[in-house]
Amino acid sequence: MKRIPLNLWLGGLISTLLVGSAVLSRFWTPEDPIKMNILNRLKGPGDAGLLGADQIGRDVFSMIMAGGWTSLGIALTATIIGGSIGTLIGVTAAAKSGIFEKASGWINSVLFAFPPILSAILLGALLGPGGLTSIIAIGVFMIPVFTRISRGAAMQIWSRDYIKAAKMAGKGQALITIEHVLPNISAQLLVQFAIQTGLGILAEAGLSFLGMGIAPPTPSWGRMLADAQTYISTAPHLVLAPGIAIALAVLGLNLLGDGLRDLTDPRRKQAS
Amino acid sequence: MTPALKHMRRAAGYLLILLVTSFLIFVLIEAAPGDPAEIMLGTSAQADTVAALRADLGLDRPMMVRYASWIAGVVTGDLGQSYTYGTPVAELIGDRLAVTVPLTLLATIIAICISLPLGVWAGSRPGAVTDGVATVFSQFGIAVPNFWIGLLLILLFSLSLGWFPAGGFPGWDDGIDKGIMALILPSIALAIPQAAVLTRVTRAAVIEVANEDFVRTARAKGLGRNRALWLHTVPNALLPVVTMLGLQIPFLISGAVLVENVFTLPGIGTLAYQALSQRDLIVIQNVVLMFAIIVIVVNLIVDGLYAILDPRLRTRK
Repeated sequence: MKRIPLNLWLGGLISTLLVGSAVLSRFWTPEDPIKMNILNRLKGPGDAGLLGADQIGRDVFSMIMAGGWTSLGIALTATIIGGSIGTLIGVTAAAKSGIFEKASGWINSVLFAFPPILSAILLGALLGPGGLTSIIAIGVFMIPVFTRISRGAAMQIWSRDYIKAAKMAGKGQALITIEHVLPNISAQLLVQFAIQTGLGILAEAGLSFLGMGIAPPTPSWGRMLADAQTYISTAPHLVLAPGIAIALAVLGLNLLGDGLRDLTDPRRKQAS
Repeated sequence: MTPALKHMRRAAGYLLILLVTSFLIFVLIEAAPGDPAEIMLGTSAQADTVAALRADLGLDRPMMVRYASWIAGVVTGDLGQSYTYGTPVAELIGDRLAVTVPLTLLATIIAICISLPLGVWAGSRPGAVTDGVATVFSQFGIAVPNFWIGLLLILLFSLSLGWFPAGGFPGWDDGIDKGIMALILPSIALAIPQAAVLTRVTRAAVIEVANEDFVRTARAKGLGRNRALWLHTVPNALLPVVTMLGLQIPFLISGAVLVENVFTLPGIGTLAYQALSQRDLIVIQNVVLMFAIIVIVVNLIVDGLYAILDPRLRTRK
C-alpha cells in the first residue's frame, strides 16, 4: 500500500476544515455574523466571543466562518469557469495544432497581461464592484494557466501508441480527446485546480481589501482586514484572524495540490 | 531563418498582441456607463454645455477614429487630460511611476537576495534541515497575502518599535534616504511572496541540474563540491528562475496596487484605484494599458534573455 504523503494529509485536513466551516456557516455560527452589538465594540478575544468583536461589535469568529463561504464560493466558481474554458482551449490546441494553436497562444498572451486586480479595475468601471466582477476578473486569469497546463499534458498523451491505435480505429479528434486525452490528464488538472483555487482565494481577499469585492454586509476576509487597518493601533487583534484564515486556506489548498501531485506522479517526487 | 529575423518576427507578434490588448481595453472602457463630459460638468449642467465639451474632448467622433487617435497619442506621449485632476494623464502617470518603479525594483532585489541563496542552499542538499526551512518558508510565503504582511510590518516596526513610518511618502526632493525609508516596509511586504515562489523554483532547478552529466563529469575531474555548484550548477539553473521572474510580473504589479494602498503610497496602483472610485475613465484606460505593456515587454525581454543564458537555444530551430 502506498504511504500517504505528509503534505496530502495536512492539505486534506486544512481544506476539509475550510470547506466544513464554510458550509457550516450557512446553517450555524456562534453569533449572527452581520448583527451589530455596539456594547461589544472592539472588545478583545475572550471578552466578546472567541476572537473578539469588530468596530461595530460583530462577532469576529462568526464573520471568519461566513467569510470562508464568500471566499471559497467566489474562488471555486472562478476556477471552475476559467479552468473549463482554459482546458477546452488547451486540449483543442493540442489536437488541432496549426492556426488554432497559434491563435490560442496569442489569446493567452493577451489574457496573461491582465492580473485579477487589473481586470477588476477595468471591469469595475463597466459593471461596478461586486461578486460578479470578482468572479470574472479572477476567472479570466485562470484561463491561460489551464490552457498552458492542459495543452502541454495533452500533447504528451497525443504522442502515445494507444492514441495511434485509436486513430487507426477511425476515431476522430474530438472522440479521442474525450475518451483518451481528458481522462489521462485529469490528475494534472486536479492538482492545478487545487492550487489555483488557493490563488483565487488570495485574489478575492485582495479585491475585497480594496473594496472591489462582494458588497457589504456579506462578510469577507479581505474587507475585515481593510476595516481592521483603521483600528490597527486601538484593536490590533482584528488584524490577526482574517489574515491567518486567508493564509491557512491558501496553504491548505497548496499542500493538497502538492500532495496529490506526489501521489499521482511518482517521478516528480523523486526529482523534488 | 536568421536569429535576428526571428527576433523581429517575435517582436511583431508582441506588437500585434499589444494592439489587440489596447483595443480590448478601449472597448470595455467605451462600454462603461457614465459620459466623461457629464461627469466633468456635474448633473446640473446644461445640455448644450455638455455637447460643447463633448465636441471639445473629441467624444462626438466615431469610435474607430477615437481609438486611432488614442493609439497615436500613446505613441507620441499625449494621453489626454484627466477628468478629475485636470492635468495631463501622462504627467500624472509619470509622477506616480517615481514611487511605483523604485518600490517594485526594491522588492525584486530583496526577493532575489532572499531566494537565490536560500534556494541554492536548499537545492544543493535536498532533505537536509536547510531544505526543510526553505520549503516551509516558501509554502507560507506563497500563502500569505502581501497586504497582510504589510499590516503586520506596520504593527511591529512602525507602531511598536517606531523604526519606520507607517505609511505615506515624503517625495524624493527631501532627500533620497527619506524616500527609501518610506519604501522599505512596503517593498518587504511585496517581496516576501515573490521570494517564496523564486526560492521554490531555484531549489527545484538546482536539484535538476545537479543530476546532469556535465556536473558529474566536473566532479569526476576533481572539482570541489562548492566549485561545481557555483560554476556549473547555478549558472545553468538560472534559466527557469529568470522565466519565473518574468511570469511573476503581473503578480508584482497587482501586489503593488495592494501594498501601495496599505502604506498610502502615491503610486500608480493608488492612481488606478482612485480613478475607479472617481470614474476617471481616461486614467483607468491608460494605466491599465501601461500595465499590459509592461507585462508584455518584460515577457519579450525574458524571451531574449533565454538566448543569452542558454547558448543551446541560439542554434536550435
